[in-house]
Amino acid sequence: MRSLIDIKELSLEELDSLIATALDIIDNPQKYSEKCKGKKLATLFFEPSTRTRLSFEAAMYELGGNVLGFSEASSSSAAKGESVSDTAKMISCYADIIAMRHPKEGAPLVAAMNATIPVVNAGDGGHNHPTQTLADLLTIKRKKGRFDNLTVGLCGDLKFGRTVHSLISALSRYAGIKFVLISPEELRIPSYVKTDVLDKNGIEYVETTDLTGAMPSLDILYMTRVQKERFFNEEDYLRLKDSYILNPQKLENAKSDLCIMHPLPRVNEISVAVDKDPRACYFEQALNGKYMRMALILMLLGIK
Amino acid sequence: MNIDSIKNGIVIDHITAGKGMELYALLNLDSLSCPIVIGKNLPSGKMGTKDIIKIDADISLNTDILGYIDPDVTINIIKNGQIAEKKTVSLPERLVNVISCKNPRCITSCEQELDQVFTLTDKENRVYRCLYCETKAKEENH
Repeated sequence: MRSLIDIKELSLEELDSLIATALDIIDNPQKYSEKCKGKKLATLFFEPSTRTRLSFEAAMYELGGNVLGFSEASSSSAAKGESVSDTAKMISCYADIIAMRHPKEGAPLVAAMNATIPVVNAGDGGHNHPTQTLADLLTIKRKKGRFDNLTVGLCGDLKFGRTVHSLISALSRYAGIKFVLISPEELRIPSYVKTDVLDKNGIEYVETTDLTGAMPSLDILYMTRVQKERFFNEEDYLRLKDSYILNPQKLENAKSDLCIMHPLPRVNEISVAVDKDPRACYFEQALNGKYMRMALILMLLGIK
Repeated sequence: MNIDSIKNGIVIDHITAGKGMELYALLNLDSLSCPIVIGKNLPSGKMGTKDIIKIDADISLNTDILGYIDPDVTINIIKNGQIAEKKTVSLPERLVNVISCKNPRCITSCEQELDQVFTLTDKENRVYRCLYCETKAKEENH
């Protein structure tokens, strides 16, 4: 029985296989429409989420399966003080696979250690969000056709941004990757990501506060939101939230085939005017998330 | 200063000077009723100064704690007044309920019944990380 808690648990071969399945789903949706008939996905969302939860639910429905669950902790027995371990054991009696989001880091791992069915980490605090990374990778694959020899700009909250950490971790396994890390001083990438991932894999990277200056070199620009829920102090949040806003002027010196990505939800860090730019890929990225979640559900349930 | 040799028990030797009391506390030696001697800042040919702990009872020691706090210690098992066995310790791959995670966002911060588990992620730099949230253990975690 296999779970997915951290993107690093997937080998490059497994990633390739998931991407191949997702591409086949895109081309042949009918072939997959009853693959999960009779199976149930439990979506245990202890923290609000629109995209990830609906994406998991849509993925299971499109595979012909069913969905049960809750979308906030207050409507679950966690509000009565039930532990994550007990919730996982109990849900194992009712469903075939779990997708769990939790504000506490490591909660999905605790669930996986106690459940008797596969657990997918759908985001644990500022820690991991592997299925977002799967969506990101499919987007890069579909737009660029490769994962190697790319200059990837990551912009915004690089300190608390779990999607950024997971993407760096996933792309660092490919050759010729260069990262441009664009953020205010206070939201720079944590030192452990630099030492344990970038330096360890000999990955080239630069840190800068200048988005416009970095623009011409980028093949991919990954924007992130400065997330209010990651701050203990509202003053810090208000001071930093508008640090980097992408608008058409800032894109003037960008490559014509730049791929602009964002894990969404967007607040104001990408102006709406950019949506019309053919280089904007963030809504397609959300769609790709559904396909990769479908591929992942099939893999974890052992369905060919 | 003369202290009688122990007959049957354990001598933890070559403790880095200053770490003896920390080991005494973490090994929970305070709970024992047998004679225990702690030597601090003793002269050592090999180390300059060292600490030493003599326990006059044949007890089971948590070598994970010893390996984590001071992996260069030597454990001498004493039987009938003689050293029957000399043991060294190594950095443990996994620490269970030895140190605690201080990350307020970690699941262990709100679910107290969970084991506090740390794994060795970088042997060269002796880095341990929380199994659940991957936060690096710091000196003050124990």
